[in-house]
Amino acid sequence: MTGDSDHIVAETAARIFADLADPRTVNRSEDAAWKGPLWTALAETGLPLAWVPEERGGSGATIADGFSVLAAAGRFALVVPLAETLTAGWLLAQAGLDAPPGPMTLAPARPHDRIAIGADGRIDGRATGVPFASDADHLAVLAEGSRGAEIALVRRNDCRIEAGRDLAGDARGCVVFEGVAPMFRAPAPDGLDRSGLMLMGAVVRAVQTAGALEAVLAMSVAYANERVAFEKPIGKFQAVQQNLARLAGEVAAAVAVSGSAADTLAQGGVTGDAAFLEAASAKIRCAEAAAEGSAIAHQVFGAIGFTKEHALHRYTLRMLSWRDDFGDENYWAAELGRRIARRGADEFWPLVASR
Amino acid sequence: MSVSLRFDPIRLPSECEALRADVRAFLAEEIAAGTFDPHRPGHGDSHNREFSRRIGAKGWIGMTWPKQYGGQERSYLERYVVTEEFRVANAPVRLHFVADRQSGPVLLKYAPEHIKADILPRICRGELCFAIGMSEPGSGSDLFAAKTKASKVDGGWRINGSKIWTSNAHIADYMLGLFRTSPPTKENRRHGLTQFLVDMKSPGITVNPIYQMTGQHDFNEVVFDDVFVPDDHAMGEIDGAWKQATSELAYERSGPERFLETFYVLTELIRALGPEPDIRSAEGLGRLAAQLHTLRRMSVSVAGMLQAGREPVVEGSIVKDLGTIWEQKLPNRVRELAAFLTPETGNRATLEEQLAFAITVAPKLTIQGGTTEILRGIIARGLGLR
Repeated sequence: MTGDSDHIVAETAARIFADLADPRTVNRSEDAAWKGPLWTALAETGLPLAWVPEERGGSGATIADGFSVLAAAGRFALVVPLAETLTAGWLLAQAGLDAPPGPMTLAPARPHDRIAIGADGRIDGRATGVPFASDADHLAVLAEGSRGAEIALVRRNDCRIEAGRDLAGDARGCVVFEGVAPMFRAPAPDGLDRSGLMLMGAVVRAVQTAGALEAVLAMSVAYANERVAFEKPIGKFQAVQQNLARLAGEVAAAVAVSGSAADTLAQGGVTGDAAFLEAASAKIRCAEAAAEGSAIAHQVFGAIGFTKEHALHRYTLRMLSWRDDFGDENYWAAELGRRIARRGADEFWPLVASR
Repeated sequence: MSVSLRFDPIRLPSECEALRADVRAFLAEEIAAGTFDPHRPGHGDSHNREFSRRIGAKGWIGMTWPKQYGGQERSYLERYVVTEEFRVANAPVRLHFVADRQSGPVLLKYAPEHIKADILPRICRGELCFAIGMSEPGSGSDLFAAKTKASKVDGGWRINGSKIWTSNAHIADYMLGLFRTSPPTKENRRHGLTQFLVDMKSPGITVNPIYQMTGQHDFNEVVFDDVFVPDDHAMGEIDGAWKQATSELAYERSGPERFLETFYVLTELIRALGPEPDIRSAEGLGRLAAQLHTLRRMSVSVAGMLQAGREPVVEGSIVKDLGTIWEQKLPNRVRELAAFLTPETGNRATLEEQLAFAITVAPKLTIQGGTTEILRGIIARGLGLR
């Protein structure tokens, strides 16, 4: 993993996003016709299966590369299941399974949804809040059986989808498995359980959120410098400057904690106390930054930022919605707090200092 | 777009862990010997001359400085580890801390050779205390309004006027202060201030204590009555002090002491909650831990950028802004989370005593070393808004 490859992969992704998924252009389009060419371009570069080894049908990029693509996707408030396909591919790869072409999503996407796999290999259960459930061709599933966790690839059409929408209007549904026979399945490797999957998903969402916040900050500063009121740009008023400085603080926190968590997973995977502290903190702090940051950005933009026509909501509603996926900040905070309490007071500082 | 905030995921290099173990062992011995009580911040003196000398003997003061001046030529990241371990232990480091963090680096950069050779090794040995002479009765956050005057005389300067809120002045051997050597110009109101090294034993200096609302005595009024300062004690350009601040400010503002000032109440809360806290406490604790981890990762990242020779002024200001607000709110948050503890909770008295102290200290945290408002102005400038 070198800094250079990191740049090249993320820059390729950013170029495609800028050409085919510019948030302002997308926001004006009446239909979803732009999604086809975007997905085709992404698929041609191998980005959706970046976390799948080449011999399993993917493009074999590093974990760090994949996260840098997701940060770029966040900067464009991307609305195709790229993050989901990447993470589904990662999950399949953990069990040595091949990844199919086409968009995927994954289940479970919420920490309390348990999906069962029977001795006959059939899958039962309900996964709520699955992002892009109705847009995906396949699902990567982590199911729990008598022999422990298994990872399986399932056709979307073999499941029942109760379609819904999230805050941002993106497809997010409940996936019902009723005796579904997977296309392939394999035991999950040691240490990868539902909690490990949530942890990976949490960092994915944190990285996307940080990217979105970076874009929101840039938009807000640019607007404050050009919008004139009381005969000067509003960015010249101290009250507005203080708000934007607070926004910068939230963005900085999100960038730092998500980057640190992504680096941790890239170096050492999803198991262990360090990964837990990093991932949980990233999800918690990025969710807080999403709430605080979107409120400030909307305040800067005033009424125009509250319109459908303006692209700001493409970022703010998506960040707010991402808070709910793979464990919300309240879930992770309670889990992290319990762990810290179990370790005891005198082990708290050593844990913090270990990172 | 000029908006790009950078916080690379810097990790402390492996040599830091051996160092950390050494520091913890040293602190454990000092605590066992009764030098200070880590559970009772605010009790006992915040400075201790013998303790500072023992720290100096360990090579933990001025540790990034060149060996020829008594330093160890170790990295900023190693210094970071030492600083955070002392801070978390509530160790009384006030005597040498300002010299180590700020004054020494200024001398390294601007002092003539013979002064460096004289003073820096003594700082490293833990023998010297420095004060920073910035604020005046009519000039606080607005540094460039300083009026206390240094007038040119034969062989040096004569200082008249006063400084205020000067921490350590009553125990300091030296002050690094900003004094007016020329009036500001129309084009540049920051022009005309010069930084001087002042020997606090100089005739004409009076230090008057100002007691704080905590009952402690940190800061002072320092009155200068025709105090002579020799020419070679001017640090840097005459009238040009405003050009000299940037990287030192980034370092001053982003260290672990900018978010760990009230940390002890969080540790004590964990002790009070026990191994199986209820959901409200667990969730609250987890959030605080996530926020703390985030601040520390930001702060380490800035230390890494400084080590790499960059000047992350905006990033450093952000760390102080977020960090001081966090450490200021922390005691109140801990108080909320501790509100429903049973009366028989073992360490309740300790926690309450700590909270009382932390809540009293809290207001100053967002004022000292650059107020929240000033920091946000700097951040806004970095964003391209002013």
